[in-house]
Amino acid sequence: MRYITDRQRAVGKGSAHHGAEHHWFMIVSSVALAFMLPTWVIIFGKALGSGYDAALETMARPFPAILTALVLVVGMIHFHKGARTMLEDYTQGTTRKLLIMAFVGFSYVMIACGLFALVKIAL
Amino acid sequence: MAEAKRIERPLSPFMIGQYYRPQLTSMSSILTRITGNALMVATLLIVWWLLALAAGPEAFETAEWWITSWVGNLVMFVSLWGLCYHYLAGLRHLIWDAGKGLDLETAEKLGWVCIYGSGVLTVLAVIIIWL
Repeated sequence: MRYITDRQRAVGKGSAHHGAEHHWFMIVSSVALAFMLPTWVIIFGKALGSGYDAALETMARPFPAILTALVLVVGMIHFHKGARTMLEDYTQGTTRKLLIMAFVGFSYVMIACGLFALVKIAL
Repeated sequence: MAEAKRIERPLSPFMIGQYYRPQLTSMSSILTRITGNALMVATLLIVWWLLALAAGPEAFETAEWWITSWVGNLVMFVSLWGLCYHYLAGLRHLIWDAGKGLDLETAEKLGWVCIYGSGVLTVLAVIIIWL
């Protein structure tokens, strides 16, 4: 019989084993996204389907470009961390590790491609 | 000392249906996960659109043709709804994380807010974008 509290006995026994830092990041990034997304959805929605010249004109301006970059970076990190919670619930062992790597990889590829495109459009 | 016994533990989501009646709170929670993860499809299309815009008119024509085709439009429209739903469900989580609205009645009410509110927000966004 070890004299520890119920809370201490429970720490690390969840499917993710730990996660306060992760949870806090999701809160911070979700608040950031909550402020950015309404404006971004309208800007992107209006640019989509407006033709090459109009789309280029919009995305070359500082505000749409910077906002799109922020939404992409914060959104994709929020995405792979959120997906990680799902993977920790439904998968185990090596499968879990490989899938987490795949989701993180996908997110960073999206960030790199999107930022490259935004820089090329702006310059 | 004896080896600790290895217990075969079931993997989530084994509870739903078998042991646990589907409820508004659990279903609206699962929908948050589905919408959040499904948004990767829209992300892929949007990044393709950006890359094509950077590459030039020809690449842009192809990308925009696909993304604004009826299949593309359907994917983008469903994604817009998914985003609205995930947005409201995210706000619900922030309320819960603040320790508020955890009683059953409020929790269910918030579930309905997510479901109806996401429809309203989607229509509102489409109207603003179209005008």
